[in-house]
Amino acid sequence: MTETAELSFVRRYVFSTDHKVIGKQFLFTAMGFFTLGGILALLMRTQLAWPWQEIPVIGKLLFGSGGNILPPETYPALVTMHGTIMIFFFIIPILSGALGNFLIPLMIGAKDMAFPRLNLFSYWVMVPAFIVMLASFFVATGPAAAGWTSYVPLSILKDAIPGSEMGQTLWVLSMMLVGTSSILGAINYITTIVMLRAPGMDMFRLPMTIWALFVTAILATFATPVLTAALILMFLDRTIGTLFFAAGEGQVILWQHLFWFYSHPAVYIMILPAMGVASDIISTFSRKPLFGYKPMVYSIMAIAALGFTVWGHHMFVSGMNPLLGLTFMTSTMLIALPSAIKTFNWLGTLWGGNLQLRAPMLNALAFVSTFVIGGLSGIFSAATPVDIFLHDTYWIVGHIHYVLFGGSLFGVFAGVQYWFPKMFGRMMSDGWGRIHFILTFVTFNLIFLPMFVLGGYGMPRRIADPYVYEMFTNLQGLNQFMTYALYVLALSQFILAGNFFYSLFRGKVAGKNPWKANTLEWTLDSPPPHENFEHIPTVYRGPYEYSSPLVSADWLAQDQYLDGTKPPEVMPAPAVSPAAGD
Amino acid sequence: MTTADHAASNPLPGVSTTKFAFWLFLASEVLFFAGLISAYVLMRIVSPSWPDVSELLNIPLVAANTSILLVSSVTMVYALASIEAGDQSKLRRFLIATAVLGTIFVSIQAVEWVQLIGEGVSVSNNVFGSTFYVLTGFHGLHVLIGILFLFLTVYRAFRGRYTRTEHGGVELMGLYWHFVDIVWIFLFTIIYLV
Repeated sequence: MTETAELSFVRRYVFSTDHKVIGKQFLFTAMGFFTLGGILALLMRTQLAWPWQEIPVIGKLLFGSGGNILPPETYPALVTMHGTIMIFFFIIPILSGALGNFLIPLMIGAKDMAFPRLNLFSYWVMVPAFIVMLASFFVATGPAAAGWTSYVPLSILKDAIPGSEMGQTLWVLSMMLVGTSSILGAINYITTIVMLRAPGMDMFRLPMTIWALFVTAILATFATPVLTAALILMFLDRTIGTLFFAAGEGQVILWQHLFWFYSHPAVYIMILPAMGVASDIISTFSRKPLFGYKPMVYSIMAIAALGFTVWGHHMFVSGMNPLLGLTFMTSTMLIALPSAIKTFNWLGTLWGGNLQLRAPMLNALAFVSTFVIGGLSGIFSAATPVDIFLHDTYWIVGHIHYVLFGGSLFGVFAGVQYWFPKMFGRMMSDGWGRIHFILTFVTFNLIFLPMFVLGGYGMPRRIADPYVYEMFTNLQGLNQFMTYALYVLALSQFILAGNFFYSLFRGKVAGKNPWKANTLEWTLDSPPPHENFEHIPTVYRGPYEYSSPLVSADWLAQDQYLDGTKPPEVMPAPAVSPAAGD
Repeated sequence: MTTADHAASNPLPGVSTTKFAFWLFLASEVLFFAGLISAYVLMRIVSPSWPDVSELLNIPLVAANTSILLVSSVTMVYALASIEAGDQSKLRRFLIATAVLGTIFVSIQAVEWVQLIGEGVSVSNNVFGSTFYVLTGFHGLHVLIGILFLFLTVYRAFRGRYTRTEHGGVELMGLYWHFVDIVWIFLFTIIYLV
C-alpha cells in the first residue's frame, strides 16, 4: 500500500506495471476502436442500402468535397479498416488484453503478472500501432484497401489501388507492432499461469476463463511469429524490392498460406476467451457446477490443436490441389466435435439450474446460441464444393459475424458487465443492461441472418454497389432493411456506453462479491488493491462448487476452508485468507 | 524484474520463471524462422531458374565460417560450465572467446555479401537473391543481437554479477546462442548444400 502512495500519477495510471491498470488501458482503448470500427460499418451499410447517395450527418464532414457522397475508392478501404480494426484493435485487445490482464493474476491468486514491466511494454508497443494505423486514414492516398487479409498482388502493386500506396505500408508496420505486443503478452500469460498459481490451485482447478486465456496465449505464441515473418516479407517487397509475393517470379499463394497459418488460429484467439467467459458466467448464474469441466478443457485444447491444421479452408478457391483441399476440409469438420462438446456442456450446465437472467447471463446465453448458428454455417463453408459457390458471397460475411459479433462480442458484453463491479467497484444497471441486450440481440439477428440469404443469391462481398448487376437489384430492399436494423443496433450501443460511464461514477457500490461467485477475484475488495492479495490465498477446490450440499449457502468460494469431518457448516477460513463475501 | 518471489511454490523445480518464459520466446522464434524457411523452400521448389549454388556461392568459405560458429557454441558451453564451477576468470575468457568468434562469423558473412553484391546478386533481380539475403540477413541480425548481449554479459561478468549459484543470465545467453547456432545449421544446409 505504502509503495502505491509513493508512485507518481504517471507511474500509477500511465506507465503502470499493475496488471489491473494495464487491463483497463486495453479496455478503454479497445472501446474507442470499437466506436471507430462501428462508424466504418455504418458507412458501408449505408452505401449498400442507398449506393452513391448523399450520406446524412457525417457525409458532409467526411466527403464534403465530393458532394457528401462516398467516393468509389473509399469503399474497399472501409471494408479493410473495419475488419482490421475490429479484429486486431478491438476483439483481440479487449479479450486477451483487457480481460486477460485484469483477470489472470486475480483468478489464479497472484500479486501480478510474472513480468510486470514486460506487460507494461506489451501495452505501450500497441500505442505506436494505434497511431500508425490511425495516421493511415490521413495520408493522401487513404488507408489500406486490400482487405483485412491484404492479399497479394493487390497489396504489393503500388499503383493497383490508392490504398496500396502509403496506406498499405503503414498497415504492415502497424500489424508488426500488434504482433509483437501479442507475442510478448502471450509469453507473459503462459508463464504467469504456469508458475504463479496460488497453493492448491491445480491446473484442473483453474476457472475456464483462465484455461481459455492460457490456450489462447499458446496459440498466439506459436501462430503470430509466422504472421510477423509474412509481414516482414511484404514490407521488404514494398520497400527494397524483394520478389517474394511479386507478380511474375513471386509466389502469390505463399502470402495466403502464411497469412492463414496465423489467421485461422487467430479466429480461435478471438473466440476461445469468450468461451471461457461464457462458461464462468453460465455456471455462476445457473447456480450449478459447470457440466463436464474436464471435457470442456480438453475441447479447448482440441480446438486449438486442430486450429493449426485447417488454414487451407480459407483457400479453396485459390486453385490449390483438390487432394490438399480434401484434407483441410476433413480437419475443419473435425472441429465441429469439440465445439459440439462445449455447446452440449453449456446446455447441460443450464439444465435444471436456478437461472438468474441478469445482463451478463443474457449476453452469455446469446453467445451460446449465436455461436451455434455461426458454427453450423461454418460447416457449409468448410465443404469444398459448397464453399466454391459461397466463398465470395455474403454467406461468409454472415458466418464470420455470427462467430465474431454473435460469439466474441456477446462474450465481451457478458464479460465486461460481469467483471465491471470488480474493475471499478460499482454495479452497472441491470435494467439498462437488459434493454441493451434485447435491442442488440434482436437487431444483430436482423442484420446478419439475412446475409445467409444474400449469400445464397450469390451477392458478392467487398463490392460497393452490387446493383450494377441486374441479378442483384431485387436484393436492395433486404439490404435497406438490414441497414435500418444496423442503425438501431448502433443507437442501442449508446445505452451500453451510457450505462458504463454513468455506473463508473454513480453506480451502486458493489462490495466484494455481488454475484456470489466462487473464484478468487471475488474474495478481494472491488477494485482490488495494488498487488491484489495481502496474503496469497490457499485454494481448496475447483471454481464451480455452486449449490454444494456441504454448505447451506448456494456457493462455496475456492479458498473457503471446510473441515472434512464436519461438512454442513461454513467454517471460518484460515487467517491468511479472509472469508469471501460481504 | 519478476514477481516469482510472490509465487508460493514453484511448480517446475529447477526452472526459473525467466528461463521458462525464455524457452517460450525461443519457441516463437522457431516459428518465425519456420515462416521464412517455408517461404524459401516453396519458392525454390517452384522456381524455374534457380542458380547453381555450388558455383555461385563460396561454399568452402561459408563452411569454414559455419565451423567458427559451431566452435563458438562450444566456448559458450565452457563459459557456463566455468561459472557452474565458480571459476570467474574462465567464465570471462570463454565469454570473450564466444563474442569474438561470433564477430568473426558476421564479418565473414559481410565479406560474402559484399562479394555477391559485386557479382550482381541483388535482393530484387531474382527470387534467389530475395530469399538468400532475407534468410541469411535475419540470421545475421540474430547473431548481432547475440553479440551485443554477449558483451553485456562479459561486462556483467567483470562486475562479478555471476556466482556459482546465481548465473541465470549466462544460462539464458547460452540458450539463445545455441538457438542461433542451430538455426544456422538448418540455413547452411538448405541454402548452401542442398
